[in-house]
Amino acid sequence: MSTELSFNRRDWGTQPPYLHAEYKSTARRGPTRPLVPIVSSLSEVTGPVYGHESVGELDSDLTKNGAKDGEPLGERIIVTGRVLDEDGRPVPNTLIEIWQANAAGRYIHVVDQHDAPIDPNFFGGGRCLTDADGAYRFYTVRPGAYPWGNHFNAWRPNHIHLSLFGPAFATRLVTQMYFPGDPLLDLDPIYQGTPEAARGSLVARFDIETTEPEFALGYVFDIVLRGRGATPMEG
Amino acid sequence: MALKQTPSQTVGPYFAYGLTPEQYGYPLKSIAGAEMRGPDTEGEAVRIEGQVLDGEGACVNDAMIELWQADAHGRYAHPADPRSSNAGFAGFGRCGTGTDPENRFVFETVKPGAIADGHAPHINVIVFMRGLLTHAYTRIYFADEAERNAADPVLSAVPAERRDTLIAARTEDSGQAVYRFDIHMQGENETVFFDV
Ligand SMILES: [Fe+2]
Repeated sequence: MSTELSFNRRDWGTQPPYLHAEYKSTARRGPTRPLVPIVSSLSEVTGPVYGHESVGELDSDLTKNGAKDGEPLGERIIVTGRVLDEDGRPVPNTLIEIWQANAAGRYIHVVDQHDAPIDPNFFGGGRCLTDADGAYRFYTVRPGAYPWGNHFNAWRPNHIHLSLFGPAFATRLVTQMYFPGDPLLDLDPIYQGTPEAARGSLVARFDIETTEPEFALGYVFDIVLRGRGATPMEG
Repeated sequence: MALKQTPSQTVGPYFAYGLTPEQYGYPLKSIAGAEMRGPDTEGEAVRIEGQVLDGEGACVNDAMIELWQADAHGRYAHPADPRSSNAGFAGFGRCGTGTDPENRFVFETVKPGAIADGHAPHINVIVFMRGLLTHAYTRIYFADEAERNAADPVLSAVPAERRDTLIAARTEDSGQAVYRFDIHMQGENETVFFDV
């Protein structure tokens, strides 16, 4: 099946490498052999499609979707932005899934044994769909930093995990959003594993215009997915 | 190009309640799971199972595997496929390796058709895990398709001595076809990963 459609390859000037010595888990898990270039076909330019039916009413409000008998503790925030491709075109109607620690730096995940309190009113997972302009918006609380075992006294900076599909299998992206001014960024091998020129794009921008008076601080985080390629591919 | 791609970051060890909540018993509806086939899905019912192994041969218990495949007629449920499937088969599945006693991923699906003449049937795979800063793309081909595999343009572009890493062996379990596809992140039998 021929297709005129293709997507730009991953840009290794912005994408982190598989092996990054300071991030210890990469040493035994990252592929070591060169990637084999694929002849693009319908398999790469198609991908799962999710619509409004996949998103529940409270899914984008993490301050409410896990509430049992009150509000979650912590600093209420808004995380908003646009999903664009490399040519600046909005990516509409694409699903964004997020997950994060609570304000104390504790995940609801059973494997997380960090000695910090679970918040009975906070679950930490959510999702939403971008609108026609590629815009999305979540309400949540600012996640806390948490320790991890990579090296002595290792702490992850405050971050929110995000998962996006975009228009195709080729545009799939899982990433993390960080907060401006976090002193842990300079010490974090995951953030630092990203090419230097691109790291800054993982840090959200505080925005007073987005901030809702008397309610929540606003952070803007735009996401750029792989754009459409110029060369028609056979297959 | 005006803008730079947002860098990927690892999915980390705690993805399950966000991405595969039902499988792991968290109170959020999953958008996709390992049961990709419904009672009315056309095609041959198959199970796809395997383990993810690290460079020391240790089984990875915190990986997430995604499958994307065509239906039994080789059609993708996506608008870019002009023959877009109306069979009700979404073709997308997700499975974490943390709930199976052997840390396998186990998908119930149907064998895809070839997307066109000259192509072999295959399933597209994405591997995520702690320790992978960027996800890894691979493909599953089927051992009982030797003739079409030999002609497939993607498989043919893979060095001959590494092609076997992409071919799932077929066995049967109570009359159902089972394809075994282990993913070796490193080592002598390192699975072929693609620059998609
Ligand atoms: Fe995290």
